[in-house]
Amino acid sequence: MGWYIGRRLLQMVPVFFGATLLIYALVFLLPGDPILALFGERPASPAAVAELRERYNLDEPFIVQYLLFIKGIFTLDFGESFSGRPVIEQLAEAFPVTIKLALIALAIEAVFGIAFGFLAGLRRGGLFDSTVLFLSLVVIGIPVFVLGFTAQYLFGVKWGVVDPTVGGDPTFAELLLPGAVLGALSFAYVLRLTRNSVAEALSADHVRTATAKGLGRPRVVTVHVLRNSLIPVVTFLGADLGALMGGALVTEGIFNVPGVGRLLYQAVIRSEGPTVVSVVTVLVLVYLLANLVVDLLYAVLDPRIRYV
Amino acid sequence: MTEPTSTPAERPVGGDAPLLQVRDLHVDFSSGGKPVHAVRGVNFSVYPGQTVAVVGESGSGKSTSAQAVIGLLPGNGKVVGGQVLFDGQDIAHASKKEFVALRGRHIGLVPQDPMSNLNPVWSIGFQIREALEANGLAKGAAAKERAVELLEEAGLGDAARRAKQYPHEFSGGMRQRALIAIGLSSRPRLLIADEPTSALDVTVQRQILDHLDTLTAEMGTAVLLITHDLGLAAERAEHLVVMYKGQVVESGPALEILQRPQHPYTQRLVSAAPSLASRRLESVHRAEVVEHAREHAVEAHERVAGGTHAAVGADTATPNVIEVRNLVKEFHLRGSGLRGETLRAVDDVSFSVRRGTTTAVVGESGSGKSTVAQMVLSLLPVTSGSVLFDGVDLTELDRKQLFEFRRRVQPIFQNPYGSLDPSWSIFRTVEEPLRVHGVGDAKSREARVRDLLEKVSLPASSLRRFPNELSGGQRQRVAIARALALNPEVVVCDEAVSALDVLVQGQILTLLNDLQAELGLTYLFITHDLAVVRQIADDVVVMEKGRLVESATTDEVFESPKQAYTKALLEAIPGGSIRLGA
Amino acid sequence: MSETTVRPGQEHYVAPLDTTPLAAVDAVDESTPSASLWGDAWKQLRRRPLFIVPSLIIVLLIVVALFPSLFTSVNPRYQELSRALEGGSEGHPLGFTRLGTDVYARLVHGARASISVGLITTAIVVVVGGVVGALAGFFGGWIDALLSRLVDMFFALPLILGAIVMLQALQGRNVWTVALTLSLFGWPQVARIMRSSVLQVRGNEYVTAAKSLGLGRFSTLARHVLPNALGPVIVIATISLGTFIAAEATLSFLGIGLPSSVVSWGGDISNAVPSVRTDPWILLWPSIALSVTVLSFLMLGDALRDALDPKGRTR
Repeated sequence: MGWYIGRRLLQMVPVFFGATLLIYALVFLLPGDPILALFGERPASPAAVAELRERYNLDEPFIVQYLLFIKGIFTLDFGESFSGRPVIEQLAEAFPVTIKLALIALAIEAVFGIAFGFLAGLRRGGLFDSTVLFLSLVVIGIPVFVLGFTAQYLFGVKWGVVDPTVGGDPTFAELLLPGAVLGALSFAYVLRLTRNSVAEALSADHVRTATAKGLGRPRVVTVHVLRNSLIPVVTFLGADLGALMGGALVTEGIFNVPGVGRLLYQAVIRSEGPTVVSVVTVLVLVYLLANLVVDLLYAVLDPRIRYV
Repeated sequence: MTEPTSTPAERPVGGDAPLLQVRDLHVDFSSGGKPVHAVRGVNFSVYPGQTVAVVGESGSGKSTSAQAVIGLLPGNGKVVGGQVLFDGQDIAHASKKEFVALRGRHIGLVPQDPMSNLNPVWSIGFQIREALEANGLAKGAAAKERAVELLEEAGLGDAARRAKQYPHEFSGGMRQRALIAIGLSSRPRLLIADEPTSALDVTVQRQILDHLDTLTAEMGTAVLLITHDLGLAAERAEHLVVMYKGQVVESGPALEILQRPQHPYTQRLVSAAPSLASRRLESVHRAEVVEHAREHAVEAHERVAGGTHAAVGADTATPNVIEVRNLVKEFHLRGSGLRGETLRAVDDVSFSVRRGTTTAVVGESGSGKSTVAQMVLSLLPVTSGSVLFDGVDLTELDRKQLFEFRRRVQPIFQNPYGSLDPSWSIFRTVEEPLRVHGVGDAKSREARVRDLLEKVSLPASSLRRFPNELSGGQRQRVAIARALALNPEVVVCDEAVSALDVLVQGQILTLLNDLQAELGLTYLFITHDLAVVRQIADDVVVMEKGRLVESATTDEVFESPKQAYTKALLEAIPGGSIRLGA
Repeated sequence: MSETTVRPGQEHYVAPLDTTPLAAVDAVDESTPSASLWGDAWKQLRRRPLFIVPSLIIVLLIVVALFPSLFTSVNPRYQELSRALEGGSEGHPLGFTRLGTDVYARLVHGARASISVGLITTAIVVVVGGVVGALAGFFGGWIDALLSRLVDMFFALPLILGAIVMLQALQGRNVWTVALTLSLFGWPQVARIMRSSVLQVRGNEYVTAAKSLGLGRFSTLARHVLPNALGPVIVIATISLGTFIAAEATLSFLGIGLPSSVVSWGGDISNAVPSVRTDPWILLWPSIALSVTVLSFLMLGDALRDALDPKGRTR
């Protein structure tokens, strides 16, 4: 297992540098003046331009610029937004909210996705299965922002069940609707994945053998079918975190949740280039880390990996 | 718990009443449209403590019948008629609950493929313990202890440590022992053994079957043995049931059936069963074949020499078409560690193949026999040593010569389902070698393909068909036609008949033998099956763990094997000791 | 274990030949018409509603995207501010937007942006991802190690996040730049699927057989490996087409996708947001159009998976 972790960590090093280099290159190597581009359509004051030029060390060769950028990441120096507040400070404020939101979304997609997927997989080809499969496809087909507005309109405006927007320092209850919207897409994916892997596991030879041992059906489907089916689902949850972050951007924007997504959303709307780059960089790091955690979890779940 | 002391005949209860009686059993599978009648009116009985074997080819309904007995038919299968009497009770339509009570405790199962029948995410000990707990035999710590005992009983050393391990840490044979431990854990009165050892090497197979025999005899467990291997069935069972296309064609005492088969199908099966009694298939005198092969080689030389470059080999055909000298192949494995390990898959192997004859390379899994074949085909670089084809070292061939070499040496592989491109029609598949080597024009190629299909006895209508429409044996014929398209001198058959049913296997062996005589071919035959060797080979090379153990003529190897390993291999052939009827 | 006495029910029994007729060993069934794998897939597909319905919708969408004037003669950019937010009326079945443009006309003309971004992106992604995946899977070794790390790097940037970073730095956005941006972050997925599919096919004995025929490596890849590895890629391409359309709409909604000069569903949804509480239907129509389009591609992908990719089968 030690070797497995070590190898995973080693593999992450080039990916980390490659991904950050990619982000950096996207901003600073594209044709045109990157500083002016960072300002988007708004007019740039010469002072601000000079400040940014210095901050991003644009007078240095590209590789030096990049290395300084990496140094900034390791020293948690992400610069300031146009309002003059350090980005790291804003991130520190926003992260707890987003983590709360993400946990709600994750819980919803995992619990309901696995439960429905499990039931559908057990009765493959039945009415429940067909219905759930089709509905999950519909959920996947509706883009997050459409779903978000629809939910906001129905629950917030028309029926008035919840506040349409959340506002500062939200409680878990307030985050329930945005969390559900955020988790909806992945819920559908988890459902389909669980359903397929349960259906596949059901026809596995070792499940037949377990039945032949004299185990009752409940024990067979939980201990032998579900346990094995969860392995791909867990891997998916990690990879899916990327989609969740893209979704958080939209969801937090719509519901006005003061999280990292809204920070990014507002930076995008206001064309605050430097903030966008910083926040995305942080999110990519979180994503890489989360995937590493999932890889380790995978090793715990699947004994075949442990000894490789 | 059943007392293991009494012999079946002396048993007070049920000695005269059958434990299991299958009466006029019908099983249908519904897949989309029409139902498929998989089992039609099957009858047989199993007495307490007795071993009964159901023998048949794939698709004969033998496994389906067994699955019906234990209520484990796949989802689209259904018992549509007849009775399954277990201890006098009809269980053909028993409820799910009744089957749960019955399984494990009264009817155990040892499944076919040890690789897929253990749950990879639970430890072996857990999987045995679970059976004990489900059948109410032991709980908690006691179950844990008992699981270790059961593993020991199944013949696994160091059982306490083994119980904590996971299936992927076990070899095939060890897994099968674990499965036997599970199947017998609750001391059932009937054990269904569904091809329990067909995925294992012969020597392991023998050990495990012997052990299973001992255990079931001690416990007085009746065994319903499902197998495709007539020899194995006759050796292990008292009573045989021969199935063909869902029906029982013949049943009765094992020896009687083997020695005096009545039904034409059984007769066919008995005569095709590869066993020690069988001999080298003969079509023409061997000397004539060898001479023919030499002529063929000379022709090939002339054909090649017509080209601009120097021909491979000398002007005269050498008697040894292939010479393998001190061949070594090492693989670097990525182990747990930075450096990894080196595996010596082939270790200093030397032998030669005489033109116009068949040389068999025999060994169990991991013997390196297929690696040798790959190197002879120049598909894999050698680590050291050399393979000489017609006196020329393969490693010294340039690209053009290698291309020419490919024309003269062709392979036939094991898996009939993987050896043909599923998206190519049979015509395209057989024509491909001709196109690649630029032989003839479209018209002459088509004529050649037709000719080749005729040679392998496939109707011309198969030209437009695709591999998925053909059976395994038919695909293998297509693979043979493809291999022969370029008129090669040597054909390397890598387990070419291992995946086929016995009758089809016999048919393909005969075909290969006839083709050898007709075309003057030389075969290098890679196989794990000594019985097949006897039918087709002139010379034998025995390999074990990468090393050459023994190499001699087939007769010498079979009649006076020199090495202990060769003897063990020979003894392990199922049914070897039984004299078949004339 | 020899038993001399034969017990009742175990006497030597031989089935009469007329009830158990003997067939020739391994005869070819010549009664059925021959069919290729693709032919089989087509036969299976053309009867399934899950295939027919989305296919019809997609054909309709393509016609709308190519010839919007067949469906409306109203200029989608013409603003009648006096009729802003007005409901449906003669010639304007779905009413007017906040800026006084015709909702229906914008719906019809918006199809082109979505469909073209989706198609262009998918085409690029399949070619780039397909080539990278095929090379990595087929050649293995250091080529695989190198390409796989490259794929990992791009994979570390989630589609929307990567697109945001790139697009906010880009000047002069249009259908092509949006499609190129989405392609840049979309190809790794295709590459991964192609790689694993090629790896699986590569292990087949017919590939070894081709090699021992003397067929070159690239010919083997093109003739034997790719055709058999294509199934999962076709499936993921179809599904991705839907995903890319949704992503384009999301970006346009965020204001960094297509510029407002291009009529697009995402842009229209964004424009309708301020009046969502009072006039939700303006938001509703482009949302429905967008969702139905995405859903059609997903459904088609699902149907194709059942027919082409036996491993991922849902039924």
